[in-house]
Amino acid sequence: MSGHPSTYEPKYGATKWIDRRLPIIRVGADFMTFPSPRNLNYWYTFGGILTLCLVTQIITGIILAMHYVPNVDGAFESVQRIRRDVPFGWLLQPMHAVGASMFFLAVYMHMFRGLYYGSYKAPRELLWIIGCVIYLIMMATAFLGYTLPWGQMSFWGATVITGFFGAVPVVGESLQQWLLGGYAVDNATLNRFFALHYLLPFVIAALVGLHVWALHHVGQNNPIGVSAKTKSDTLSFHPFYTVKDGFAVAVFLLIFAFFLFYQPDALGHADNYIEADALKTPPHIVPEWYFLPFYAILRAVPDKLAGILLMISAIVVLFVLPWLDTSKVKSLRFRPVARWFFFIFLVFCFILGWCGAGTPDNIAIPLGDTGITFYRLSQIATIYYFAYFLIILPVLGLVEKPLARPDSITKAVLGDQSRGGAQAAAE
Amino acid sequence: MASKLLKSFLVAGGALAVIATGAAFAAGGGTGDYKMVHKHWHFNGPFGTYDREAMQRGYQVYREVCASCHQLKHLSFRHLGDKGAPFYLEDYPNPNDNPYVKNFASDWFVEDIDSETGDVTDRPGTTSDNFPPIFPNEAAARASNGGALPPDLSVIVAARNGGADYVYNLLTAYDTPKPADVELTTGLHYNPVMDGGKIAMANPLSDGLIEYAPIVTEDEEGNSVEIAAPEATVEQMAADVTEFLAWSSDPKMEQRKSTGAMTMIYLVILSILLWLTYKRVWRNVEH
Repeated sequence: MSGHPSTYEPKYGATKWIDRRLPIIRVGADFMTFPSPRNLNYWYTFGGILTLCLVTQIITGIILAMHYVPNVDGAFESVQRIRRDVPFGWLLQPMHAVGASMFFLAVYMHMFRGLYYGSYKAPRELLWIIGCVIYLIMMATAFLGYTLPWGQMSFWGATVITGFFGAVPVVGESLQQWLLGGYAVDNATLNRFFALHYLLPFVIAALVGLHVWALHHVGQNNPIGVSAKTKSDTLSFHPFYTVKDGFAVAVFLLIFAFFLFYQPDALGHADNYIEADALKTPPHIVPEWYFLPFYAILRAVPDKLAGILLMISAIVVLFVLPWLDTSKVKSLRFRPVARWFFFIFLVFCFILGWCGAGTPDNIAIPLGDTGITFYRLSQIATIYYFAYFLIILPVLGLVEKPLARPDSITKAVLGDQSRGGAQAAAE
Repeated sequence: MASKLLKSFLVAGGALAVIATGAAFAAGGGTGDYKMVHKHWHFNGPFGTYDREAMQRGYQVYREVCASCHQLKHLSFRHLGDKGAPFYLEDYPNPNDNPYVKNFASDWFVEDIDSETGDVTDRPGTTSDNFPPIFPNEAAARASNGGALPPDLSVIVAARNGGADYVYNLLTAYDTPKPADVELTTGLHYNPVMDGGKIAMANPLSDGLIEYAPIVTEDEEGNSVEIAAPEATVEQMAADVTEFLAWSSDPKMEQRKSTGAMTMIYLVILSILLWLTYKRVWRNVEH
């Protein structure tokens, strides 16, 4: 859909004047009339939802930054002050904290959608890779932000994560000190984390711009994975998808509001209401729920460096996914075998999250007198995680016999009816 | 279409359930055979509010018992008279004018600098002061408590897995018999609610330890009246001080829940309207 011809006609003198000099209104108008496949389902509404999440985080974040004190002696207290004395601080602070969880909830839905419908395949490889970069920076931003309230979990989480860099051979120790600005997590660390936490969301915003640009250049994928070819395959973005996205956003906000107003602490840790104490390690250092699967992969091997490499690989593998999946068929709807492997993959992702929250030596699945420990279970799940990308998808693409696919979106939607009818209905 | 939508909701609901289970994973500990008492708190549930009378009694328990070791550093006296706070009076929208708040503030001494001489002095607290420290510094606090540091109580209910139930059980579980495998050294006491069953704080409560002051409330005409208080049993004092500390941890809870109810209603209506709009816009479109 790269050649979407502009249909914007400036009506007034002023808009004509602007259009000749900077066609910014035209860009906006063309965005709203962008031809989108007519068969997009609710899994395709998360792009809009994620944009809303980013905007919410930036707006609440800027207001919080006006009241926050980035200093080891004042950070914890300033968060309490925001919650108690700043007008609407009681709403904005949990909105920012719960908002981070909602952002990850939406991004995971968005990514699993991409995996299921093969949205990473040609010509959308760069679109997918930009998305992976956004996800990576989101993780960094969330980690930096979690340090700022300067609670026990903030401090010890930061200590554990920055400790990873110390495991790098030869330069590890100096690298870690350079990142921390000292020998341990302290004021210098908090200050730079605050500066970077403020910077990165704007980097994400810029990358979202690239992501949307790439999307509009190659056009949206769709649940059958057959490209839109004719006009009857598509619908104007507005009003068809603005209203569908709008409904999805409202339902998403209901979930958001439930957590924000009734369970604001359910997604966090009680320990983070205790001010950071460098002399007192909490009994269990656990990351936020959205990092748990990666935390489980990290702990799946006894060696620290190997664990870190494994965890990094778990994300790197997403970047090269477009070249690992050898199948030409995008949507798993038409790949009966791959489909099941995908659902198993999904289950193992949840199992990894469960293992990340558990204590490695504890029994996860009791079998008679003993059972499978979280440690063993995380190893099994990690093996499947990597096997899915490195063995199953490459091999399956060569040996699996896909189902017959419809010739076009129009045919998929209308069966064997004539195209003319669909055309009329769409107008 | 409707079934597809239902399916999406089910998937989303399933994902949320998994997240919620993960979050609730680390529930409060406890040793031996002790069973945590789960109280039905007045502030539980989507429409729960704080029990004002219990909070007022709870403040007295804090003042007369806990305050000999524990600070409330994130709380200032004026917070006690805020809307939704224990001593809020409708006639005093500005808590700094509230007679109870003024009274409580002047009941404490706050360290200050004499502006004439520059000497360190103690003056009676004012409504804008935070609750003052109990000990001059951490070392002094430890020295007075056998090496243990009494934690600040302003956010204690939020800072413990199990929340209010944890605090209540901790205060009432002291008389549980000690199992043989828990070895106590000098200065430690058995409390099954603590991890490992050991606590440095001696049992702070005993029946009749304090005498509850009459409770401040308002009658139908809005006049401030005082009503008699219940007997100060261990359970009563523990429940009251927990109610007070729960408010201290989350003072805007009532405001948050009422805003939440309006927001949820608004979003439900908005969702229905958008759904109907969606059905109308797409009515002739096969998809």
